Amino acid sequence: MTTLYKFHGGVHPPTHKAQSTRTPIVPLPLPAKLVIPFHQHVGNIAKPLVQVGDHVLKGQLIGMPEDGISSAIHASTSGTISEIGMQVVAHASGLPDLCATLSPDGKDEWIPKTGMDFRSASAADVRQVLRLAGVVGLGGAVFPSDMKLRVGKHKIKTLVLNGAECEPYITCDDMLMRERAAEIIKGAEIMRWALEAEQVLVGIEDNKPEAIAAMQQAALASADDIKVIAVPTLYPGGGAKQLIRVLTGIEVAAGVRSTDKGVQCFNVATAQSIYRAVQCGEPLLSRIVTVTGNVKQAQNLEVLIGTPVQDVVNFAGVLPDTDSYIMGGPMMGLPLPGAEVSIVKAANCIIASSPQLFPPAPPAMPCIRCTRCAEVCPSELQPQDLYWFAKAKDFGKAQEFSLFDCIECGACSYVCPSHIPLVQYYRFAKSEIWARESDKTSADAARERFEFREYRIEREKQEKAEKLAAKEKAAAEAKLAAAKLAEAQATTNVTPPPQTEAEAKIQAAIEQAKLQAAAVKPKNTEQLTPQQQAEIAEIEARRTHIHALASSEAESPKE
Amino acid sequence: MSAFFSPFISKPDSVSAIMLKVMLALLPGIALYVWYFGPAILVSITLASITALSTEAAMLKIRRRPIMPFLKDNSALLTGWLLALSIPPLAPWWLVVVGTAFCIAIAKHLYGGLGNNPFNPAMIGYAVLIVSFPVQMTHWITPHGMGATELSFVQQLQYIFGGTLPDGLKLDAVTMATPLDTLKTQLHLSLPVSEILTQPIFGRLAGHGSEMVAIGFLIGGLYLLATRIISWHLPVAYLGTLFAVAGIFHLLDPAHYVTPLFHWFSGAAMLGAFFILTDPISSPTTHKGKIIFAAGAGLITYLIRVFGSFPDGMAFATLLMNICVPLIDAYTQPKVFGKKEAKP
Repeated sequence: MTTLYKFHGGVHPPTHKAQSTRTPIVPLPLPAKLVIPFHQHVGNIAKPLVQVGDHVLKGQLIGMPEDGISSAIHASTSGTISEIGMQVVAHASGLPDLCATLSPDGKDEWIPKTGMDFRSASAADVRQVLRLAGVVGLGGAVFPSDMKLRVGKHKIKTLVLNGAECEPYITCDDMLMRERAAEIIKGAEIMRWALEAEQVLVGIEDNKPEAIAAMQQAALASADDIKVIAVPTLYPGGGAKQLIRVLTGIEVAAGVRSTDKGVQCFNVATAQSIYRAVQCGEPLLSRIVTVTGNVKQAQNLEVLIGTPVQDVVNFAGVLPDTDSYIMGGPMMGLPLPGAEVSIVKAANCIIASSPQLFPPAPPAMPCIRCTRCAEVCPSELQPQDLYWFAKAKDFGKAQEFSLFDCIECGACSYVCPSHIPLVQYYRFAKSEIWARESDKTSADAARERFEFREYRIEREKQEKAEKLAAKEKAAAEAKLAAAKLAEAQATTNVTPPPQTEAEAKIQAAIEQAKLQAAAVKPKNTEQLTPQQQAEIAEIEARRTHIHALASSEAESPKE
Repeated sequence: MSAFFSPFISKPDSVSAIMLKVMLALLPGIALYVWYFGPAILVSITLASITALSTEAAMLKIRRRPIMPFLKDNSALLTGWLLALSIPPLAPWWLVVVGTAFCIAIAKHLYGGLGNNPFNPAMIGYAVLIVSFPVQMTHWITPHGMGATELSFVQQLQYIFGGTLPDGLKLDAVTMATPLDTLKTQLHLSLPVSEILTQPIFGRLAGHGSEMVAIGFLIGGLYLLATRIISWHLPVAYLGTLFAVAGIFHLLDPAHYVTPLFHWFSGAAMLGAFFILTDPISSPTTHKGKIIFAAGAGLITYLIRVFGSFPDGMAFATLLMNICVPLIDAYTQPKVFGKKEAKP
């Protein structure tokens, strides 16, 4: 029996999970079109590899991962690229993003699949396969999995597999574990091997006995040390930090990587995708999506990435009074801009929402400092203080009170008897701080640019002045030398070369021009330091003297 | 749709439900109050309720705040009830009206209304009354069966609203000093505790009748603990400190210092421990802070009771500790997740 640890707080919202677990996972029929965003992961957007009119096969790479943190994008079925352009996507920003529209040809024709035996490959090869297979965290964070499998300077002792699924309504991981436990365990073996972890702990909330049984059965077949552990049902027990705490007792503070503490955590669905990508050579083209809420038949569907949400909810029989859709669960989910957006890799659940299902919160009352929020906060913050600071726009104080340790789980808002949208206040405060920091950064950058420009102009002025001075000095010296030479010639009675009248006129004109040039003061010497001005004055003085000499020299031959 | 964001669900709870539960928890104490001291307390509670609601409405109107949501939050009613339970029931009607109006208008709304009052409004009201009308504040009814005569409910009403008593009856005949007051006065006369407590106004634990009311408040307080409306930190630290300090003095000199149990069940100790100190708005938010706050209040209560000039110290102890709340909160901030262990 493994010792389990506790995390602070947590809430028990009604789970509403039973309604979507009555039927097995069904693949959603091929939709009429797929809209595949090129940016479905954390990191850089994938670079489009296809053009409008291209015919693509199922599994064909259409978006190449860019440098650094990025992931690949594939055609989810065979067909023709009918459009590449900006479309509204399922993202918190609500902004449009670059998408490829794919018109399926109905053949669902695969590219040649080549699986690999990971044990005879290198971990780097496996990571490259995952990167090109577009495997990202399917728990909702969509962080590229290849990056998470890199072994850093800290040894990974424990690989945690997250099957907790603590959010109400969502059952996609539950159903996946019931039906495809063996593939998840095989994925876990690949991850354990790549990370060189000693043990694998699979955490599943104890409200999923079927999933626990299936996973325990599958784990028996593995030679690895894989323990499937039932953890107490307590929201947000499925948060990576909370699950790591429950299973290992390790607390990973905000801003610290779990790998620094010897733990790495993956979602169970990610493990299954890793198996499909490595062993079967199948890139991530579909995911399990729970469709629930205001629908006739809540269920789990295997949905191709890019399928419009409308197709998904229509299949489940969306009820007419549905007024909006939520991607994710009711605690942390994202309201979708509309049903026309497509299923992305992050879309674990679509809840059809109606005013009956999620009635608007009553008007907020003042905070009475009852600290129910603090009692349930898994990050052990003082939400009532953070609220106060956010409301007063005292962002410095909010940061001092660990605002950025807030994981936005919503437990505080859930229990607030005054119905204050606490998490919204924290989101507001965070975005204000980010905006100010980026303002400050850009202001700093602008100031630096300005200061550098000023410095550069000043430096160029100086350089010009110095060059000019050097040039004139050189000219003067040359003339001086010429004069000396002339003198020498004169003394040795060497007749100067015969000079025609025309030549003399030209010579005079040149001298005149030179004099004029000298009279025009160079403009870039207007703002010089007194020292530089003194130097220039000196030069000027010498120059006048030389001119005098020169003109006397020039005239001398005539005499 | 504009205000559609996560979390989309919330626990069915509200400020008014919390306040209502606290008022429910007062009912056992009120019932025992009526049993031992007659129905006059119900008159005070009614007067306080009416005054609280009308003052609240007037202040909200003046402050241009929505009236109905705040009237329905039950917070003004609760303040009124707590004040009514803190002052003698057989007092002129205007005493409870003035006190309640002061609680709501000055101690609550002038500081910004619900959620913003740094001091416990009911205790501010009590403090104002005991300083301004000390005589009226001593007219405590003699418990049932203890006095030579007892007023009927009609006679009580006549006194409260008209200030008249039946012919030939003096107020002293139907009222008495509180057990804490009696104890204090007689200790000053150099009587030993053992002799003082043999008088009939004292019961098994403390004052006859009032000890039962205190038990009623204790029962209500346990209900609040069980329903997690209040956390254990405040009542435990308050009663614990009061018990410890009283216990030390009692052990050192039992002839001059009564038992800790006497202190628990006298005066406003039980009401304060479960209903006054636990006002979330004017008490600290951190666990450690709550313990410091309530322990301080327990100590001050004892010091005022035994060495001060007022018979009870609950109200002033609360107010004095209210002053310290921002400081206590600032110095008792708990460590957040992942930052508790010492850095390696």
